[in-house]
Amino acid sequence: MESFFLGVCLFLCLLVLPCLYRAIVGPTVIDRMVAIGAIGTKTLVILVLMGFLYKRIAMFIDISMVYAILNFISTLAAARYFEVKGEI
Amino acid sequence: MTVADILTIIFLVTGCFLFMTGSIGLVRFPDFYTRMHATGKSDTLAVLFCLFGVAIYHGLTLDSIKLVLIAVFVFIANPTGTHSICRAAFRCNIKPWTRKKGK
Repeated sequence: MESFFLGVCLFLCLLVLPCLYRAIVGPTVIDRMVAIGAIGTKTLVILVLMGFLYKRIAMFIDISMVYAILNFISTLAAARYFEVKGEI
Repeated sequence: MTVADILTIIFLVTGCFLFMTGSIGLVRFPDFYTRMHATGKSDTLAVLFCLFGVAIYHGLTLDSIKLVLIAVFVFIANPTGTHSICRAAFRCNIKPWTRKKGK
Protein backbone atom coordinates (compact mmCIF):
# COMPACT_ATOMS: atom_id res chain seq x y z
CA MET A 1 0.00 0.00 0.00
CA GLU A 2 2.93 2.35 0.64
CA SER A 3 4.12 1.94 -2.95
CA PHE A 4 0.63 2.86 -4.20
CA PHE A 5 0.70 6.01 -2.07
CA LEU A 6 4.14 6.83 -3.48
CA GLY A 7 2.79 6.42 -7.01
CA VAL A 8 -0.14 8.73 -6.32
CA CYS A 9 2.31 11.29 -4.85
CA LEU A 10 4.49 11.15 -7.97
CA PHE A 11 1.44 11.46 -10.26
CA LEU A 12 0.24 14.56 -8.40
CA CYS A 13 3.75 16.04 -8.57
CA LEU A 14 3.62 15.47 -12.33
CA LEU A 15 0.25 17.24 -12.49
CA VAL A 16 1.77 20.32 -10.85
CA LEU A 17 3.72 20.98 -14.08
CA PRO A 18 0.70 22.08 -16.26
CA CYS A 19 -0.45 24.40 -13.48
CA LEU A 20 3.09 25.80 -13.29
CA TYR A 21 3.00 26.40 -17.04
CA ARG A 22 -0.22 28.39 -16.64
CA ALA A 23 1.29 30.29 -13.69
CA ILE A 24 4.32 31.34 -15.75
CA VAL A 25 2.65 31.98 -19.13
CA GLY A 26 -0.82 33.13 -18.03
CA PRO A 27 -2.01 36.30 -19.79
CA THR A 28 -3.43 38.10 -16.75
CA VAL A 29 -2.55 38.22 -13.07
CA ILE A 30 -5.76 36.45 -12.06
CA ASP A 31 -4.85 33.46 -14.24
CA ARG A 32 -1.64 33.14 -12.27
CA MET A 33 -3.51 33.32 -8.96
CA VAL A 34 -5.88 30.55 -10.05
CA ALA A 35 -2.93 28.37 -11.07
CA ILE A 36 -1.21 28.93 -7.72
CA GLY A 37 -4.43 27.98 -5.94
CA ALA A 38 -4.64 24.76 -7.92
CA ILE A 39 -1.03 23.93 -7.02
CA GLY A 40 -1.84 24.56 -3.35
CA THR A 41 -4.80 22.20 -3.52
CA LYS A 42 -2.60 19.45 -4.95
CA THR A 43 0.05 20.10 -2.31
CA LEU A 44 -2.55 19.56 0.42
CA VAL A 45 -3.18 15.99 -0.77
CA ILE A 46 0.53 15.34 -1.32
CA LEU A 47 1.27 16.36 2.29
CA VAL A 48 -1.31 13.91 3.70
CA LEU A 49 0.10 11.07 1.58
CA MET A 50 3.65 11.96 2.67
CA GLY A 51 2.50 11.60 6.26
CA PHE A 52 1.63 7.96 5.52
CA LEU A 53 4.98 7.40 3.83
CA TYR A 54 6.95 8.80 6.78
CA LYS A 55 4.67 7.15 9.39
CA ARG A 56 4.07 10.48 11.18
CA ILE A 57 0.49 11.12 10.14
CA ALA A 58 -0.55 13.38 13.05
CA MET A 59 2.09 16.03 12.32
CA PHE A 60 1.48 16.07 8.57
CA ILE A 61 -2.31 16.35 8.97
CA ASP A 62 -1.85 19.49 11.06
CA ILE A 63 0.49 20.95 8.44
CA SER A 64 -2.05 20.12 5.74
CA MET A 65 -4.86 21.82 7.65
CA VAL A 66 -2.82 25.01 8.03
CA TYR A 67 -1.97 24.84 4.32
CA ALA A 68 -5.65 24.65 3.38
CA ILE A 69 -6.51 27.67 5.53
CA LEU A 70 -3.58 29.73 4.19
CA ASN A 71 -4.46 28.87 0.59
CA PHE A 72 -8.04 30.02 1.11
CA ILE A 73 -7.04 33.25 2.85
CA SER A 74 -4.45 34.18 0.21
CA THR A 75 -6.97 33.65 -2.61
CA LEU A 76 -9.59 35.69 -0.81
CA ALA A 77 -7.19 38.53 0.02
CA ALA A 78 -5.91 38.80 -3.56
CA ALA A 79 -9.45 38.75 -4.96
CA ARG A 80 -10.50 41.47 -2.55
CA TYR A 81 -7.46 43.57 -3.50
CA PHE A 82 -8.24 43.41 -7.21
CA GLU A 83 -11.93 44.06 -6.62
CA VAL A 84 -11.22 47.25 -4.68
CA LYS A 85 -8.54 48.35 -7.14
CA GLY A 86 -10.95 47.90 -10.06
CA GLU A 87 -8.37 47.05 -12.72
CA ILE A 88 -5.72 44.44 -13.38
CA MET B 1 -5.84 -6.93 0.56
CA THR B 2 -8.92 -6.04 2.57
CA VAL B 3 -12.11 -4.22 1.62
CA ALA B 4 -10.77 -0.95 3.07
CA ASP B 5 -7.69 -1.15 0.84
CA ILE B 6 -9.81 -1.67 -2.28
CA LEU B 7 -12.06 1.26 -1.33
CA THR B 8 -8.97 3.43 -0.74
CA ILE B 9 -7.56 2.53 -4.16
CA ILE B 10 -10.88 3.30 -5.90
CA PHE B 11 -11.24 6.66 -4.13
CA LEU B 12 -7.64 7.74 -4.76
CA VAL B 13 -7.77 6.78 -8.45
CA THR B 14 -11.01 8.75 -8.88
CA GLY B 15 -9.41 11.75 -7.17
CA CYS B 16 -6.35 11.54 -9.40
CA PHE B 17 -8.56 11.39 -12.50
CA LEU B 18 -10.42 14.53 -11.40
CA PHE B 19 -7.13 16.32 -10.67
CA MET B 20 -5.93 15.36 -14.15
CA THR B 21 -9.06 16.73 -15.85
CA GLY B 22 -8.71 19.97 -13.89
CA SER B 23 -5.08 20.41 -14.89
CA ILE B 24 -5.75 19.67 -18.56
CA GLY B 25 -8.62 22.16 -18.53
CA LEU B 26 -6.41 24.78 -16.91
CA VAL B 27 -3.95 24.50 -19.78
CA ARG B 28 -6.29 23.98 -22.73
CA PHE B 29 -9.22 26.36 -22.25
CA PRO B 30 -9.12 29.74 -24.02
CA ASP B 31 -10.44 32.14 -21.38
CA PHE B 32 -10.14 33.01 -17.71
CA TYR B 33 -13.74 32.12 -16.87
CA THR B 34 -13.58 28.75 -18.62
CA ARG B 35 -10.36 27.96 -16.77
CA MET B 36 -12.08 28.71 -13.48
CA HIS B 37 -14.92 26.45 -14.62
CA ALA B 38 -12.44 23.62 -15.16
CA THR B 39 -10.42 23.86 -11.95
CA GLY B 40 -12.90 25.27 -9.46
CA LYS B 41 -15.24 22.30 -9.42
CA SER B 42 -13.05 19.32 -10.24
CA ASP B 43 -10.35 20.20 -7.69
CA THR B 44 -12.90 20.44 -4.88
CA LEU B 45 -14.34 17.01 -5.61
CA ALA B 46 -10.87 15.53 -6.11
CA VAL B 47 -9.70 16.69 -2.67
CA LEU B 48 -12.89 15.27 -1.18
CA PHE B 49 -12.32 11.86 -2.79
CA CYS B 50 -8.61 11.71 -1.88
CA LEU B 51 -9.09 12.69 1.77
CA PHE B 52 -12.03 10.31 2.28
CA GLY B 53 -9.99 7.50 0.76
CA VAL B 54 -7.08 8.16 3.08
CA ALA B 55 -9.47 8.40 6.07
CA ILE B 56 -10.96 4.99 5.19
CA TYR B 57 -7.46 3.50 5.04
CA HIS B 58 -6.51 4.98 8.40
CA GLY B 59 -9.53 3.72 10.35
CA LEU B 60 -11.56 5.50 12.98
CA THR B 61 -9.16 7.63 15.03
CA LEU B 62 -8.73 11.31 15.84
CA ASP B 63 -6.55 11.72 12.76
CA SER B 64 -9.25 10.48 10.39
CA ILE B 65 -11.72 12.88 12.03
CA LYS B 66 -9.24 15.66 11.29
CA LEU B 67 -9.03 14.46 7.68
CA VAL B 68 -12.81 14.65 7.31
CA LEU B 69 -12.66 18.13 8.88
CA ILE B 70 -10.13 19.25 6.23
CA ALA B 71 -12.40 17.80 3.53
CA VAL B 72 -15.43 19.70 4.85
CA PHE B 73 -13.40 22.91 5.09
CA VAL B 74 -12.16 22.58 1.49
CA PHE B 75 -15.70 21.76 0.37
CA ILE B 76 -16.88 25.09 1.80
CA ALA B 77 -13.82 27.26 1.15
CA ASN B 78 -12.84 26.33 -2.40
CA PRO B 79 -16.16 27.37 -4.08
CA THR B 80 -16.12 30.55 -2.02
CA GLY B 81 -12.65 31.43 -3.30
CA THR B 82 -13.67 30.60 -6.86
CA HIS B 83 -16.75 32.80 -6.64
CA SER B 84 -14.89 35.76 -5.14
CA ILE B 85 -12.03 35.62 -7.64
CA CYS B 86 -14.50 35.36 -10.54
CA ARG B 87 -16.38 38.37 -9.24
CA ALA B 88 -13.11 40.31 -8.97
CA ALA B 89 -12.31 39.44 -12.59
CA PHE B 90 -15.79 40.58 -13.69
CA ARG B 91 -15.42 43.88 -11.86
CA CYS B 92 -12.05 44.36 -13.55
CA ASN B 93 -13.80 44.24 -16.97
CA ILE B 94 -12.28 41.03 -18.31
CA LYS B 95 -14.38 40.12 -21.33
CA PRO B 96 -15.60 36.54 -21.71
CA TRP B 97 -14.33 34.63 -24.73
CA THR B 98 -16.75 34.26 -27.63
CA ARG B 99 -16.44 32.55 -30.98
CA LYS B 100 -15.54 34.98 -33.76
CA LYS B 101 -18.45 36.02 -35.98
CA GLY B 102 -18.20 35.44 -39.72
CA LYS B 103 -16.06 32.30 -39.57
